[in-house]
Amino acid sequence: MSAVIDSHHDDHHHGPAKGFSRWLYTTNHKDIGSMYLWFSLIMLFIGGAMAMVIRAELFEPGSQIVSPEFYNQMVTNHGLIMVFGVIMPAFVGFANWMIPMQIGAPDMALPRLNNLSFWILPVAFGILLSTFFMEGGAPNFGWTFYAPLSTEYAPPTVTFFIFSVHIMGASSIMGSINIITTILNMRAPGMTLMKMPLFVWSWFITAYLLIAVMPVLAGAVTMMLMDIHAGTSFFKAAGGGDPVLFQHIFWFFGHPEVYIMILPAFGIVSHIIETFSRKPIFGYSSMVYAIASIALLSFVVWAHHMFTVGMPIAGELFFMYSTMLIAIPTGVKVFNWLSTMFKGSLTFETPMLFAIAFVALFTIGGLSGIMLAIAPADFQYHDTYFVVAHFHYVLVPGALFSLLAAAYYWIPKWTGKMYDETLGKVHFWMSFISVNLTFFPMHFVGLAGMPRRIPDYAMQFADWNMMVSVGAFLFGISQLLFLFIVLKCIYNGKAATTEVWEGAKDRGFEWTVDSPAPYHTFSSPPSMESLKSSS
Amino acid sequence: MLRAIKYSLSLVAALTANLSFGAWDDLNMSPGATQLSQEIFGLHMTVFYVCLAIGIAVLLAMAFILFKYRKKEGVKPADFDDSTALEITWTVLFALILIVLAVPATSVMIKAYDDQEGDINILITGHQWKWQYEYIEDEVGFFSNLSTSLDKRNNLAPKDENYLLEVDEPLVIPTNTRVRFLITANDVIHSWWVPDFAIKQDAIPGFVNTGWTYVNEPGVFRGQCTELCGQYHGYMPIVVKAVSPEEYSTFINEKKEAKIQQALLTEKLWSTSELMEIGEATYQKNCVACHQVGGRGIPPVFPSLVGSEIVMRNKARHIEILMEGVQGAAMASYAEQLTEVEIAAVITYTRQAWGNAETGDGKIVIPKEILDYKNNKL
Repeated sequence: MSAVIDSHHDDHHHGPAKGFSRWLYTTNHKDIGSMYLWFSLIMLFIGGAMAMVIRAELFEPGSQIVSPEFYNQMVTNHGLIMVFGVIMPAFVGFANWMIPMQIGAPDMALPRLNNLSFWILPVAFGILLSTFFMEGGAPNFGWTFYAPLSTEYAPPTVTFFIFSVHIMGASSIMGSINIITTILNMRAPGMTLMKMPLFVWSWFITAYLLIAVMPVLAGAVTMMLMDIHAGTSFFKAAGGGDPVLFQHIFWFFGHPEVYIMILPAFGIVSHIIETFSRKPIFGYSSMVYAIASIALLSFVVWAHHMFTVGMPIAGELFFMYSTMLIAIPTGVKVFNWLSTMFKGSLTFETPMLFAIAFVALFTIGGLSGIMLAIAPADFQYHDTYFVVAHFHYVLVPGALFSLLAAAYYWIPKWTGKMYDETLGKVHFWMSFISVNLTFFPMHFVGLAGMPRRIPDYAMQFADWNMMVSVGAFLFGISQLLFLFIVLKCIYNGKAATTEVWEGAKDRGFEWTVDSPAPYHTFSSPPSMESLKSSS
Repeated sequence: MLRAIKYSLSLVAALTANLSFGAWDDLNMSPGATQLSQEIFGLHMTVFYVCLAIGIAVLLAMAFILFKYRKKEGVKPADFDDSTALEITWTVLFALILIVLAVPATSVMIKAYDDQEGDINILITGHQWKWQYEYIEDEVGFFSNLSTSLDKRNNLAPKDENYLLEVDEPLVIPTNTRVRFLITANDVIHSWWVPDFAIKQDAIPGFVNTGWTYVNEPGVFRGQCTELCGQYHGYMPIVVKAVSPEEYSTFINEKKEAKIQQALLTEKLWSTSELMEIGEATYQKNCVACHQVGGRGIPPVFPSLVGSEIVMRNKARHIEILMEGVQGAAMASYAEQLTEVEIAAVITYTRQAWGNAETGDGKIVIPKEILDYKNNKL
C-alpha cells in the first residue's frame, strides 16, 4: 500500500499542467471526474435533442417531421446514449471525484487505467454517432437490439454499433476494476467496510455488477457480429439458431444494468438526505444489505422482460415471484430515508429538493414496477407506454434527479464557489413539474393500449400525447438552465466555505478539505476521529 | 409545498380528464370481451389499488415529515439512527403484501396458460409489415394489411376514428367457440396483441407460441403489433371480427369458393392492361413500403426498380426474386402471400411502369408462367 502513495510524492508540488495536454494525459482523479461529468452533460443534450425529435413527431397523430425509419433511429440512439453515454459515465464521474475524497485516498488506485477508461468513451460515441452520416443510416432496432432485427435485417452500420458497444464495455470494466481496487486498498486507517460512506458502498456493489455483466453484453454483440459476418447461426432460426436466446443473454446483462443505473443514486440520495436533515442516516447497515440484496436479486429476474415470449408457466411464475421480492429491499430503502428525515431539522436547498423528489417519484416508479411484475397483468402492459412511463420514472426523476442533486451538492466543493440558490430552485421546480407532465400521462396511454416505439398512433391517444410532448419540451428547456447555472457558478459564484453545508464536516472527509478541493488531497491519510458521526 | 403541487397536479389531471379527455377508457385498461381478459383486468385493478394505497400512504407520510420537521430556531434534531424492531416490522409487512398479490396472480396465470387444442385453430404469421391468417382445419387463409390511406397518414386527408387501426381484411372468428391461435413469424420478431382478448404473444421465427380465446358476443376488436419489427412497426394493426357460428361457416365457404375461382384465373387469357391494373393495385399494397411510390426505393437497403437490369432485361430472375425472396436482404418471398395472378401482374407492372418498358425489353408475365414455375419446383 504505502508504495503506491509514495510513488506520487514527486508530483505534489505540481499544479495541473496547462492547455489541452492537461486533459489528454491527466491521471488526476479530479480532472478525470470532471471530464466524465462534462462528457455526460454533452451527451445529455445530444440524447435529449433526440427525445425532442421523438416528441415533436408524436405531438399529433399523422406524420409530422421525420420518416418512420429516422424515428426508429432516434428511439434507438436516444436510449443508447442516455443509458451508456449519460447516466453511466455521470455516475463514474462522481465516483472518480468523490470516492478517493470520501475514503481519504490521494487518488484512484490505477490512475493511468483511469485515463484510458475515460478517453475511449468519446471514441465509442464518436463511432456510434458517425453512423448517422453513413449509407443505410444509424442503428434502428431499439436500444435492446433484438435479433434478428439487429442481425439479418439490420442496416450495414450495425457493425460500427457492435464495435462501439465493445469499447463502452471495456471502458466500464476498466472503471469498475479501478473503483474496486481503490475501495479495497486505499481507505483511511480505521475505515472498516461497515464504516464506509454509503455512496462508496453503492459504487462498490455496482462495480461488481458491471464486471459481472458487461462481458455478457460483449458476448451477445460478438455473437451478432459472427451471425452477420461469419455465417454462424446463433440467433438465426433458419440455421438452427434461437432468436429467444438473444433476449435471455441481453436481459441477463440488461437487468443488472438497470440497477447499475440506480444503485449509486441510492448512495447519493442517502448522503444528501442525511446532511439536510442534520441527522445520521437511519439504518446504515440495512441500507448496505438492501443494496447488496437488490444487486444479487438482479441476476435472477431477467426474464420478467420476456413474459410474452412464450416461456413455460414454471418460468413465468419463477420470474414473477423473484421480481416481486425486489420490492422488499427497495421498500426498506424508502422507509429508511423517511425515517432519516423523521425528527430531523430539515432545510430545502436545491440538492435536498432533488433528493426528496427522487424519493417521491422513484416510489411511483417502484410501484408501477410491482404492477409490471405481475405476469398475467403484464400481458397487457408489456411493450406499451405503461412500461415507458415506468422506466422513465426510475431513470429521469430517479437516476437523473440524483445526478442533478449530487451536482448541486458537491459543486461548491469542486469549484470553491456557490451556485445561485434561487436559480437552482427555479431549475428544480421547472424540472419537477415538467417531468411529471411528461411521464405521468404515459401511464394512461399505455393502459389504454398504445404500443411503444411507434412513430404514429390512433386518434384516442392524441390528447395525452400532446400533453406529454409539451411537458417534454419544457423539461428539455429546463436542463439548459442547469448548464447556465453550472457556468455561472464556475465563473461568477460566491466563495464557498470549507464545510459548505451546515454540519457537513462531521459527515465525510470531503467536507474537511478546502473549497475548492486542492488538486491533490490527502497526501497523508486523514483520521477517522476527525469525523464525529463515523457510522 | 410538495404536497400542494402534487395535489394540484393530480386535480388538474382529473379535471381535464373529465372535461375534454372523454371517458375513463382513455385512462385505464379495457376489461375486454372474454372471461380471461376480465379476470386479468380484475387482477390489474387489485394490484393497482394496493399500489395506490401504498403510494398515497408513503407520500402523505413524507409530506407530513417535510412540514413538521422543517428547521426551526432552537429545535435540535434527534440523533437516533437505528431501530431493529421497526425495520423487521416493515420488512415483514412488505412480504405479507407481496404474498397477498402473488396468490391471485398465480391463479390467473394458470388459467391464461391453458394450452388445450381449440375447436378452431388459426395459424398467425407475422411478416414485415402485415399479418397472415391461415385456418388450419379449412385450409384457407389470407393476408391482412393496414388500410389507412397514405393521404391520411401524411395529413392530406382528415383522420377518422379507426385511423391506423383498420385493415383490408379482418380475421374472422366464431363466437361461443374455443379458438386457439398458433403464432409465429416469417422474418423478424413481431407480437400479436388484441387488448380485448388479453392476448399478447410474441411472433418469433422458428417458434410457434399459442394463445386462446372464447368470445361470447359478436364484435370488432382492434390491436397492434407490439414488438419493434422495423420501420413500419406502427403500421401493422390487427382487426378481429367475432361473428355467429352460422356467419362464420358462410365466411369459410366463401373463402373456399374464392380459392377455386382463383385457380381458374390462371387459365384465362390476359391483356397487358388487365395485368397492369391488378399489378398497380398489388404494388401499392405490397411494395410501396420499401420500393416507394415511384419505384426508386431507398438504396442501399431497398433497391430502385427504375432502370434496374433485372427489371428491364432479366425476366427469369425477376420471377425468381418474387418467388424466392433475396437471401440476406429485406426482400421476402411472395409465393405464399400473393396469388399467381397478382405476382404475374405486379411483375408486368414494374416492367412497364416508370419508363422501364421504353429502356428495357418490356416483356409481360402471365399467371400461367408463375404456375409453371411453381409446378416445376415440385
